[in-house]
Amino acid sequence: MSSYMERSATVKSVAAAMNKQVFANKIEKSGEFRKEYQMKGSKIATLEDAIIKSGLKDGMTISFHHHFRGGDKVVNMVVGKLAEMGFKNLTIAASSLSDVHAPLIEHIRNGVVTGISTSGLRGELAEEISRGLLKEPVVFRSHGGRGGAVMSGELHIDVAFLGASSCDPAGNASGYSRSENAKSICGALGYAIPDSMMADKVVIITDDLVEYPNIPNAISEDDVDYVVLVDSVGDSSKISSGAIRDTKNPRDILLAQMAAKVIINGGYFQDGFSIQTGSGGASLAAVKYIRESMIEKGIHASYALGGITAHMVKMHEEGLIHRLIDVQSFDRVAAESIKTNLLHKGVGANEYASTAEGSAVHYLDMVILSALEVDVNFNVNVLVGSNGVIRGAVGGHPDTAAESALSIVVCPLMRGRIPCVVKEVTTLVTPGSTVDVIVTEYGIAVNPRRPELAERLRKAGLEIVDIHELQRLAYDYVGEPDPLPFGDKVVGVVLNRDGSVQDVIMNILD
Amino acid sequence: MMFIPGNNPAMMQDAFIYRPDSIMLDLEDAVTMAEKDAARLLVHNALKSIDFRGIERVVRINPLSTPYGRKDVEAVIKGGVDVIRMPKTETADEVRELEAEIEKVETKLGCLGRTRIMAAIESAEGICNAYAIAKASKRMMGIALGAEDYTANLKTQRTPGGAELLFARQTIVVAARAAGIDCFDTVFSNLDDMESFRNEVELIHNLGFDGKSIINPRQISIVNEVFAPKAKDIEKARKIIAGIKEAEAKGSGVISVNGKMVDRPVVLRAQRTMELAIASGILTREEAYE
Repeated sequence: MSSYMERSATVKSVAAAMNKQVFANKIEKSGEFRKEYQMKGSKIATLEDAIIKSGLKDGMTISFHHHFRGGDKVVNMVVGKLAEMGFKNLTIAASSLSDVHAPLIEHIRNGVVTGISTSGLRGELAEEISRGLLKEPVVFRSHGGRGGAVMSGELHIDVAFLGASSCDPAGNASGYSRSENAKSICGALGYAIPDSMMADKVVIITDDLVEYPNIPNAISEDDVDYVVLVDSVGDSSKISSGAIRDTKNPRDILLAQMAAKVIINGGYFQDGFSIQTGSGGASLAAVKYIRESMIEKGIHASYALGGITAHMVKMHEEGLIHRLIDVQSFDRVAAESIKTNLLHKGVGANEYASTAEGSAVHYLDMVILSALEVDVNFNVNVLVGSNGVIRGAVGGHPDTAAESALSIVVCPLMRGRIPCVVKEVTTLVTPGSTVDVIVTEYGIAVNPRRPELAERLRKAGLEIVDIHELQRLAYDYVGEPDPLPFGDKVVGVVLNRDGSVQDVIMNILD
Repeated sequence: MMFIPGNNPAMMQDAFIYRPDSIMLDLEDAVTMAEKDAARLLVHNALKSIDFRGIERVVRINPLSTPYGRKDVEAVIKGGVDVIRMPKTETADEVRELEAEIEKVETKLGCLGRTRIMAAIESAEGICNAYAIAKASKRMMGIALGAEDYTANLKTQRTPGGAELLFARQTIVVAARAAGIDCFDTVFSNLDDMESFRNEVELIHNLGFDGKSIINPRQISIVNEVFAPKAKDIEKARKIIAGIKEAEAKGSGVISVNGKMVDRPVVLRAQRTMELAIASGILTREEAYE
């Protein structure tokens, strides 16, 4: 049995016993230069081919991310193609949708799309859905809630169509490109990561097919089935703005100063703290004051979480913030930083903010958030406008409020003639039990659950007012709003991050 | 003192949140002819209904020589204004004319003596008469420079260093001090150049002005920073005041602090430092005089 020939009968019988084929030895090896060879890879496909090969069928769920924001072309391109190919009854599970997705209205009317789950809705699509366009209610989840639901399988995705600013033929994808053909940049790809890991089939759609290996990658080739090269995944000017613009609005500056004072005096402003801030004018301006105080007091942050902005990048590069954890880069500077700064890490939405212990929000000390409305029970609405029309996004609001040691919501008392501190929010998005401080330009209110916090702020010389007082002041100025003319059809369901049903949005009548 | 157009309800409603020392609701240059009556009514109602939380309320009226001036006086006194700012004041007689008008209205309303006057000096003639204007009425609480009209009247324009305003500024400070009232500097209107604004505030602070007129809440913090006494000045003032108290208790007339004799001007300056520290929110009154 010293030769292969002599053992061949035994190979056959062992193969039969193991229920396996016998090695056929018909390998065809290519001697082609790998730079050209890789571009003939089996994952590379046209959009139509990728859809066919993915096995997508009527009634299935497809997913998208919103990292290209107002510049996104992927959703409209893919759903347009699906409509053309005759698909019906699809559910879109997007991390968020915005103004640019108005073409979905037509696809809903034509029965191509019959279900939506998202974090937010804006513009015409939001308007139509608020009036009852969809048969089934839209399911709203927070970013952490969605990340967790995808990972647990509660939100099952059949085919994920994920835009990327670069991808190699093997499927390694990123939110930026290092090639000279780079067309778009969005930085972190956090909302796409759970989908890439859990969807049955994953299609990467990119406008820059680069050479292998496209590393470091946000999405791994292991998770990717098809790679589609298109002219453009998004309008760069609408994906991320370039320069840092400091607000000149005196009200925002005042709100920022007040929020910064709460941060600095709230008891958590110690060496090694962690922080998340939003991208609104007041939030950005607050970071400026926090930075000055960090330098003055010699305090460093262990990490900033977000929603990373240019301000945070600057502080990281100055050595004031040791690490940046980034699910979504808010501007071009942040998007570039994730490419160049070693300790600026992109993470998936589940790792960012799911209820699982170990997600980054669990170790978050402080967060500054904004609001459309707050009420006397500290509940916050960031989703439905005062006219009853959906016009915002749940985002990471409830995730960070629930998990941080100190959550601060910045909200003007009024916007024009609309009171923003009200008796009861139009829609419950972030429960008052998780909101610690509300900062308005007319005063700071502290949740009665946190008397020790109120005491610390008072000692620092801040004037603390009763939230009811703020609400009364707002109504004194602009009057109590009339009840909104809601109908009896449920157009939206707001899920808590733990998956439970927290509130419903009814259709708005004219 | 923050200027607010008298025809902008949103800005009036919000003014106090920025904590200026005083606000000046403007019925004069900020309001077009067509809106004079509407703005007067608005300012009247603002004075009556908005809680400005203790911030001094000044209204700039139209000159009495216009068809609006007297109506303005009546409306703002009815509203309960603290100070009437008289624009383009050139002579002491004009102040006395306004005083008479105010007395007439106050007598009618039964609040005689409540309203004070601030005169804005905005011409060469006004500068020449500054002291007479400052002394023209017991209601006078301050005089202010209006630089735009003044430089136009001088046939020049404003320059970065402000050399063209130096004489007027010094005249106003001297006149105010001689009359025992306050003096306020003119506005700086380029909101994109905060550095030049700060330089100007430092200049007028050194010249002796009590305050600066501003047109945007963003300018408040810079004025407060420049006018706020420094920590070492507060400490020195505290020692002087404590020394005086001790000397008084012992019945001694002259004291020395850190080996230097302390005379009356030094004591007055120390008291002014403490008052400024209180006004700037650095100290509470109790802390200042504990």
